[in-house]
Amino acid sequence: MAAVSKTVEQVGELESYKHGFVSDIEQEFAPKGLSADTVRFISAKKGEPDWMLQWRLEAYERWLVLEQPDWARVEFPPIDYQNSYYYAAPSTKEGPKSLDEVDPELLAIYAKLGIPLKEQEVLAGVEGAPRYAVDAVFDSVSVVTTFKKELAAVGVIFCSMSEAIREHPELVRKYLGSVVPVSDNFFACLNSAVFSDGSFVYIPPGVRCPMELSTYFRINAAESGQFERTLIIADKGAYCSYLEGCTAPMRDENQLHAAVVELVILDDAEIKYSTVQNWYPGDPVTGKGGIYNFVTKRADCRGDRAKVSWTQVETGSAITWKYPSCVLRGESSVGEFYSIAITNGRQQADTGTKMIHLGANTRSRIISKGISAGRSSNTYRGLVSAHPKAKGARNFTQCDSLLIGKDCGAHTVPYIEARNGSAKFEHEATTTRLSEDQLFYVMQRGLSQEEAVQLLVNGFVKEVLQELPMEFAVEAQKLVAISLEGSVG
Amino acid sequence: MLSIKNLHASVGGTEILKGLTLDVPAGEVHAIMGPNGAGKSTLSYVLTGREGYEVTKGSATLDGEDLLALAANERAARGVFLSFQYPLEIPGVPALTFIRTALNAQRKARGEPEVAAPAFLKLAREKAAALKIDFDMLKRALNVGFSGGEKKRMEILQMAMLEPRFLILDETDSGLDIDALKIVSEGVNALRSPERGMLVITHYQRLLDHIRPDRVHVLSAGRIVASGGPELALELEREGYDKYARAA
Repeated sequence: MAAVSKTVEQVGELESYKHGFVSDIEQEFAPKGLSADTVRFISAKKGEPDWMLQWRLEAYERWLVLEQPDWARVEFPPIDYQNSYYYAAPSTKEGPKSLDEVDPELLAIYAKLGIPLKEQEVLAGVEGAPRYAVDAVFDSVSVVTTFKKELAAVGVIFCSMSEAIREHPELVRKYLGSVVPVSDNFFACLNSAVFSDGSFVYIPPGVRCPMELSTYFRINAAESGQFERTLIIADKGAYCSYLEGCTAPMRDENQLHAAVVELVILDDAEIKYSTVQNWYPGDPVTGKGGIYNFVTKRADCRGDRAKVSWTQVETGSAITWKYPSCVLRGESSVGEFYSIAITNGRQQADTGTKMIHLGANTRSRIISKGISAGRSSNTYRGLVSAHPKAKGARNFTQCDSLLIGKDCGAHTVPYIEARNGSAKFEHEATTTRLSEDQLFYVMQRGLSQEEAVQLLVNGFVKEVLQELPMEFAVEAQKLVAISLEGSVG
Repeated sequence: MLSIKNLHASVGGTEILKGLTLDVPAGEVHAIMGPNGAGKSTLSYVLTGREGYEVTKGSATLDGEDLLALAANERAARGVFLSFQYPLEIPGVPALTFIRTALNAQRKARGEPEVAAPAFLKLAREKAAALKIDFDMLKRALNVGFSGGEKKRMEILQMAMLEPRFLILDETDSGLDIDALKIVSEGVNALRSPERGMLVITHYQRLLDHIRPDRVHVLSAGRIVASGGPELALELEREGYDKYARAA
């Protein structure tokens, strides 16, 4: 294992985090620390109605008595929740109304990140190429949402959560917290109290959303957390595909990202939700810094024949604690989870999914590909359960782990509960080490060691990559390569 | 072409090649025969730059260039090709993609432009047909679920597509039935040319009925202990390796 044994030293040369820059932009903050006053400050900043403030305050009260979960296979020092800013926003008098009013500095930052915010630039692309509407969230606020008019013409609401609370209170009150209850877990509860911004999507009955929707999350401020909240509702027979991307500067301190995403899918509707998570992973050698990505994502297939599909490419973050789940309530509803989780350096990931089969003839599918390199730890944790009424429930799970080097770890923790006799669950799992034989074979054909690893890894994750919208898949493939740069000597 | 002088090589501290000397001029096919454990596969790995095979003494050059100083992929770009005794499975990577990626990597290393897709596909179709490989098979992940014979044919297809200057065939006949052996041999013979050299490593004479060597060498205990014309292979077939094992 001569080639692979050099892994640890080589990982030290991993300087490939391309989004690690800090933007010097004027920002305003909430006073440091967390209290009922912080919650009031955030709510007031956003000009929220009283019902929203009361909802937040109740969440805060509940959070005070909850304990941080410790069952995940991740290790980190205690978090001082008082030593962080819970609100950071670029200084502007009012929230921007149109692209022309957005601070050019901010537009420049997004251009640097490769996110098109100018509609004409998006339109200037190749004819027939899919278009993306983007909601750009910078620290605690949404700075701009594109293509809103065009979407509104077909009845699709796509806006920041703050705007939704003001403009569409009936929808927000009906659905917010209905999938992930306020006190669902420690981090979700914290989010409920202090969430700042995020995206809101409503697709009316029978509407197929005419373009991809996406949100781009950027953490910029130091010593701040990001607590975004996303709510997507696909009404009867509606369809939408939604993407989210995330990056953050390289900083020596750990920053908390505790998001909540709720998806509501009614009869015959479908949501495809894709994530490419590339938060700063921390220093590869010392493990210093990086984002704590503690996220609660859940989809509720409330209607019959509802369908949801989670696809995630997790390459960043110092620690990932994330289990995008599907509650399959409606009869014959379908949940899918496709995941690529890559850890390198000192990263730790504990990620997976929950498929809760409540309705008859519900089906689910889990394809998880974990890749560990460097001195990282990568755990798949999943639950598949069928309740007594879920007659004929079906699940297929495949969990594959690939190890690169000998100082990393891969763990698979599947929980399976079938509480009726007609449920049919299948679970397949493999763990393989990137073999010296394969590497040599590919190199003998002319590929460098780095290229050989990329080829083999891309082959390993192909099943999941092909679930992503095409442009995203290309990006994700590059990201996979970058995250594993220097992983083999 | 290939010139090996007094080559010593160890694996995990054990010396396997103990002063091997061999010259294969351009245009010639040389066979290496020998008993199990003689160092045949080690020789192929040392020449192609596999890690863990440590050269302690001697030299190996291709047209005067020191091969041993180059990484495995650099040797490949110089035109050294090894047909593996046990070709590896590459899950998720279609054979066609694999070959094209390899060809472009080699071309890039040589400062040549990437091959155009239509030309590549046309060539792949022709070569696959000659080797009786169903073109649809090239869309499947390389070697995954392929039979032993299919894997060997796929090695020859890669060889035909990459057009190497120096070919090393490691036990290419193992696991082949007589029909597959014929197809594979025809594929190899089609690559014989005045500019190319070939080293055919085998246990058995039967491969050499199809791929006629110019010279036959007996490898025993890490050294070439006898060399001769094609008749030497026939003698080995009749009498076995015993006397050479003793000679070593």
